[in-house]
Amino acid sequence: MNKSVITIAMPKGRIFGDACRLLRNAGFQLPETFETTRKLILDLDSEPFRFILAKPVDVPTYVEYGAADLGIAGKDVLLESGRDVYEMVDLGISKCHMAVAGLPQHQSRNPFLKIATKYPNIASDFYRRRGEQVDLIALNGSIELAPIVGLADAIVDIVSTGQTLKENGLVEFDRLLDISSRLIVNPVSYRLKKTLIDQIVEKMIKATEGTKVGMD
Amino acid sequence: MSQPYMFEKPLGLRDTLPQAQQEISRLEMIFQRELQRWGYDFIKTPALEYAETIGRASAIADHRLFKFLDAEGHPVVLRPDMTTPIARIAASSLRQAPLPLRLAYTADLYRSQRKEGGHPSEFEQTGAELIGDATPYADVEVISLMMSLLEKSGLESVRLAVGHVGFVNAFFYDIVKDKNVVERLRNLLYNKNDVGFHEYVATLGLPSDVARQLNTFVDSRRMNNDETLEFLKTVVSGSATPVHSYYRNIIELVHLLKMDHLEGQIDLDITLVPHLSYYTGFVFQGFGGNLGFPVASGGRYDDLLAKFNRPCPATGFGIRLDRLMSAIKTPIDRNAQHKRAVIYNRENAGKAMRFAASEREKGHAVVLQHADGIDNPETFEQQFEAVNYFLERTETSE
Repeated sequence: MNKSVITIAMPKGRIFGDACRLLRNAGFQLPETFETTRKLILDLDSEPFRFILAKPVDVPTYVEYGAADLGIAGKDVLLESGRDVYEMVDLGISKCHMAVAGLPQHQSRNPFLKIATKYPNIASDFYRRRGEQVDLIALNGSIELAPIVGLADAIVDIVSTGQTLKENGLVEFDRLLDISSRLIVNPVSYRLKKTLIDQIVEKMIKATEGTKVGMD
Repeated sequence: MSQPYMFEKPLGLRDTLPQAQQEISRLEMIFQRELQRWGYDFIKTPALEYAETIGRASAIADHRLFKFLDAEGHPVVLRPDMTTPIARIAASSLRQAPLPLRLAYTADLYRSQRKEGGHPSEFEQTGAELIGDATPYADVEVISLMMSLLEKSGLESVRLAVGHVGFVNAFFYDIVKDKNVVERLRNLLYNKNDVGFHEYVATLGLPSDVARQLNTFVDSRRMNNDETLEFLKTVVSGSATPVHSYYRNIIELVHLLKMDHLEGQIDLDITLVPHLSYYTGFVFQGFGGNLGFPVASGGRYDDLLAKFNRPCPATGFGIRLDRLMSAIKTPIDRNAQHKRAVIYNRENAGKAMRFAASEREKGHAVVLQHADGIDNPETFEQQFEAVNYFLERTETSE
């Protein structure tokens, strides 16, 4: 049986490499195969930590229900899911921003703007605040397609380098918010394993200070 | 909406099957006995209340209320909490009763859910309210009582987090002198968004020592109890009266909890801000077992009774039985009631009935079943820890 006392949910994909680097900087002895393995669960030899590798949008769910004590999740995913977890540290990694984008000089022929997005809650909140009526179309990927094939007038999506937008002939209209990865903690785990979790949080804050310098 | 299937229930509602109901009854009995031992009287209130009174005072967000019209066209709600109806009773039917009042309840509450399954819209809660006592001794009483109920329920590693929203509000107001900013800061605490809190503080243009104090405030969650008290001492030194008196209450509470030998289980967390907006003083949440959610919560609500025209301090808590059940690691005992069966035929009916009656008198659970009514004897008998047969044929019937 597993002797791990702390379970940490890691996001597979875009953020994973940055997150691993940060964990190593924070002093975690991650195995060398960590980034290449296909295993979904990994126990450390040196410390009582277990890592689970989840789809990024699912990380807050694992943490909210307590299946993981801590997790690393993008601010975009946190805002969209609205899960009840402590957002304790801005890790300053995997920075990007959320933007409205579309074809230049596009004239909408729809009575209400059609907006395609992977983030219906964030997009709906943004347009509600502005008092604009829009029709939201929820998609799961390759959002850039939507304006090109005429499914939507614009998209709300995350932009890191802008390369994908550029290659598909789209331009950015509005910037909604800046995004980076956060360390999140389950509220009950926090009470029951306070000492251990506080140690991890302190280590992560220290490691993060290194990344933050010169970025502000 | 598509036609519901015959077996379906409305969204978020569920049936409680015998095994789960047995566990609920066990908890109810433990809680009732213990609450009565502490001198609390049980009461009951209607499931339906007026939307303008209870609905509005309850502080449960509007979209989470089950709201409809009664026969006269008045908007009514299914009660979303019990504290508000009890406040109504304390301010009306029990207006003449001597204070402090000690009242308890077990009731089903209704809160509509938007999220996926696992968050029921109807759940049972046991709680207690101590009305009419403004001292921290009343807060300690309800905290000790809640801890005692959780311990007695069989929950493992019971822990409690205690904060004080009155202190939070007064402390923030002293610093920023703007109600809207206080509201925003408190909301960030409620959303557990430490990162957002730090970011927002940076936008306020405060002198750097004041900003540092706010930042240390939110980081004080990571301190142990002594460090937290030490930190509070430094922040109250220069501040005005309400902050000071709240601080003295916090010191007193920690002192009393020490005397009650509860201090080791308690995490003083001044950043704790629960969702119910009627709380004015101490607030607390109970945790334990393996569950990711708090099983119990409570706090002081000194302004709620004034909404029913009887200004009066009060404090109390509620324990969610559904969450407690999933947090307690009880092995499922299929014979939890240890039932026996008495299987009989026509000739032995009288004998079997007398036997069953005498067994029941001794306190055993006995099922009396005619043999002809059993479809499959083998599976039927498996349910019981013992079976007595009264099936002999009498000799006269040849």
